[in-house]
Parts: sequence; structure tokens; C-alpha cells
Amino acid sequence: MAHPYRDVVIAGVHNTAQARQLEGHDSESITFEAALGALADAGVRPSDVDAVIGAQAQELVLGLRLGPCTRLPWQLGIPIVLEGADLVASGRADVVLIAAGGASMYTDRSSTAPWTRPANEFVVGYGLFTAAEFALMARRHMVMHGTTSQQMATVAATIRNNGHVNPDAVYHGRGPFTTEDILASRMVADPFHLLDCAMTSEGGCAIVLATAERAADFPSPPVWILGGASDSYGPAYQIAPAWDLVGRSDVPAGYVGRTAARHAFTAAGLRPDDVDVAELYDPFSFEIIRQLEAFGFCADGEGGPFVEEGNIAPGGRIPVTTDGGTMSYSHAGINAQQLQRVTRGVEQLRGSCVTNQVENASVALCSNGGSGALFTDVLLLGTERP
Amino acid sequence: MLEPQPVGIPVPNPSPASKPYWEGCARGELRYQRCDECGMIALRPATICGNCLSRSLSWARSSGRGSLYSWTVVWRPPRPSFTVPYAPAIVTLDEGFRMMSSIVGCEPDGLAADLPLTVEFHPASEDIFLPYFRPC
Repeated sequence: MAHPYRDVVIAGVHNTAQARQLEGHDSESITFEAALGALADAGVRPSDVDAVIGAQAQELVLGLRLGPCTRLPWQLGIPIVLEGADLVASGRADVVLIAAGGASMYTDRSSTAPWTRPANEFVVGYGLFTAAEFALMARRHMVMHGTTSQQMATVAATIRNNGHVNPDAVYHGRGPFTTEDILASRMVADPFHLLDCAMTSEGGCAIVLATAERAADFPSPPVWILGGASDSYGPAYQIAPAWDLVGRSDVPAGYVGRTAARHAFTAAGLRPDDVDVAELYDPFSFEIIRQLEAFGFCADGEGGPFVEEGNIAPGGRIPVTTDGGTMSYSHAGINAQQLQRVTRGVEQLRGSCVTNQVENASVALCSNGGSGALFTDVLLLGTERP
Repeated sequence: MLEPQPVGIPVPNPSPASKPYWEGCARGELRYQRCDECGMIALRPATICGNCLSRSLSWARSSGRGSLYSWTVVWRPPRPSFTVPYAPAIVTLDEGFRMMSSIVGCEPDGLAADLPLTVEFHPASEDIFLPYFRPC
């Protein structure tokens, strides 16, 4: 059987300027900027777009005069890339625009960002928020495997240093960081110090998918979708995020994403050893240790020693989150920062990264989500047509 | 010392399905919902058993005793109405189910895996009482 995405190409990517605050922008206007950038990168006109996906899809249809046009309102990163790929693969669209952006959403700085504060009746009274939910997963891993704050700090320092050298990162030039710097920052939700956590910022991100036939004339080298899948264990921030929560299989919620990764690797005919660069979603330092285990880059319980040995640093066995991720590059709210793992993967495979380019990268693994939120998505990209 | 949050924090908004739970809390009873057919305990109030698909579920009273499964100590709260530090935790009850709560009655550095705990209730508003757990 032919690969489902044999005729699907990632043809354009674009990130707007990212900043702690983008003067004069709201989520809609920055999403438009991202969309136009990705269309220009692909070399297509708005009138070529057959389908739009993203929270602002309706506004884009109207504002760029795309109608009549397929519109999918779904919001989250890798799943909407896969939805877009399905539209192209099934012949329902030749060119798909995926766009996201966040600005002017986080204004009350006496509270944490609005998207981090759950209102569910079983968690709201306990002061839970994203950092605390993820800390509950991290703590359990520490209990089971002896994972240390020092090991988590190694992750945070590595990713923040990737952002430190990246001129496009919101926290460009803020480092370099040592593990001691991470451990010396104030505690947010034990074991997470401030510098173990994602930051908040504003910005937009967009991706254009197209048929391989259309993309043959496009300016950028094509990047291919080799496989992808999503795991969920239920609604985020409503029930206790217990590591050992299980559903229909014996894979625990602590390893959410493992099943998706297996699916993606099978579709691609690849193994973790074949991956050249991992653009892992990094809401908290521990999540990288967890994902390395979940995706099979190291054995269960060995994520801590694996990062301590320098394997995720530039030049290491599997460089991780090479632009600085949500800790240093950008974290613009709900979706843009999830799509940015994909755009960075594309840039690595194009060989166009200004900093931390992995030499001759031909396979990239991108991820979204995280254990505290009970979902993880995986996408495998490559330079070779599947 | 970890203490219950004072009245003034955001309070739970019970649903029809969760009403028996919150009524129990107001009476000092920790209740959980169990399938009459297979005995599976629901992860949250439900009308159908996720294990055997039975529609026959009943509320039972927990002993309120359990142990500490995982925890965090929060120093930067989501809203200024919370007093820090506080310690959100996952508790494993003796009946075998897990729930979110918060630990009171010890120092943050006294928290450890499998610490034995017992439930107690504190008001979050006039109507809502929150279950907390204390080392025992």
C-alpha cells in the first residue's frame, strides 16, 4: 500500500516576530501576519488556498477573500497538521493553510496566564494550574526512578541556551545558563523552578501544505510527513493526573505519546535511532525526560541520566528543541507554540536554521502536549518522499 | 505549616452528577461512586460505568484514609486569592481510587511518597466544603 502522505508536502512555514508583547496586535491580526508569511514562503497566492485550519479560520476566509473554502476550526498543533494532510491526501484540497497566533490575551499579571487556570469543580479549589498539574507527574517519576532536580535543570539549561544563541528567540541573549542558574531561580511548583517552566509571549505561526504536484514548482525544498498520531487519556485538568492511569491498554498516562510514537514510527518504517533531531514540546523541563522515554530514545526511568550525559545538547546523540522552545523561543498561548515545533522541524530538514542547524538532518520528530494535560501528539518529518 | 485556603478562593460549581459528592463533603463524608455490577470506581461522577457499561452506579462512603501518591508545593499561585505555600496532591484512598486534594497539617518538607493520610473538610464558601488530607 502506498504511504498515505506520499503526495502531501509541507510547502511553506512562517513565524512572525515573537515578543513578550507585540504592540498593536491581537490574536487575529498576528494570525493574519503569520498566514501571509507562510503563503509567501510557499510561493502561493491566497486565491490558491482550498482549505483553512485554525482558531481564526473564519476570519481568514473573510479577510483574505478565500471563500468558498473548506474551513476547519480545530485549534491544536500537530493534529491540525495531520487534518490538513488528510485533506490533501484525500483530494479535498490542493493547498491548505494552517495558521495560529496569540496576542493581547495575557493582561492580568497578578494571575498566571488565562489558559493555565482550570475551572473544573474537582481542581479549582486546590489552586491547580498547568505547572502544578505537570509537577504531579514529575514528582511521581522522581519517586519511581530517582530522577533529580539537577537532571531537570540540565534540560532547562540546554533548551534555554539554544534560545540564548537564537536571534529570533524572545529570550535571545538572556544566557548562557548553567544548571545552577536554573536551580537558583525561585520555586513555582516544586520540583519546578521558574526557569524549569515555559514563558509567556506573543506571536504567530503558519504552515502551508500542498500536493506534491503543486509543490514541484514551489521555491522551497519539500518536507514530507512520514507519520503522525495523537494520544489522549481524557480531559485535561479535571481528574488527578496520575502516572498510572490506564485506559484500554497497559501503557500508563505517564507515557502518553508512546502509542502515538509507535504508530508514527511504523508508518514511517523508522526507529528512534533514525531520528536526527527532536523538536520536543517543552512546557516544563521534566517533560523532555518523560518524552525521551515515552518515544523510545532511552529506556524507561533512564531519561534523567540520558540528559545528564549530554545527549540532548547541540552535537549530542539527539539534539532537542533547537530554537529554545517554549522556555526561550516563544510561547504565545494556545496553539502557535505547538505549531512551532513543526516549523522548526521543517527548518532543520531544509537546512535553513540560522543557529543549531543539525548537519544533514533528514528525519525530525516533533511533539506537542504533555503528561500533565493527558495528551501528546507526535509527527515524523523527512527529506525523502515516503 | 501547610494550611487550608481561607474562604475567598474560586469555588467549585457542582453539576447535577456531582451533587451527591458535594453534599457528602458538607456533611463530613467523603463519597465515591461505584458500579453495582463490576465494582469499578468512577474517575469522576458518571451515569455509565466505563468498565462494563452498566447504568447502575451507587454512591458509597469512603473511610477517608489513604496515602500520598504524588504532590507539589506551589509558591506562585494561579490567582492572588490563594495563600502560599500550599500542596496539591494525588491521594490513593484505601478503597482503591485516586483523587485530587491538598495536604494540610505538616511542613512542606514532611511530604513523602506513601505518607498515611486522613481526610478532613474545610469551608471554601457558605455551601461548599473542600476535602483536604492530613498526615496520620
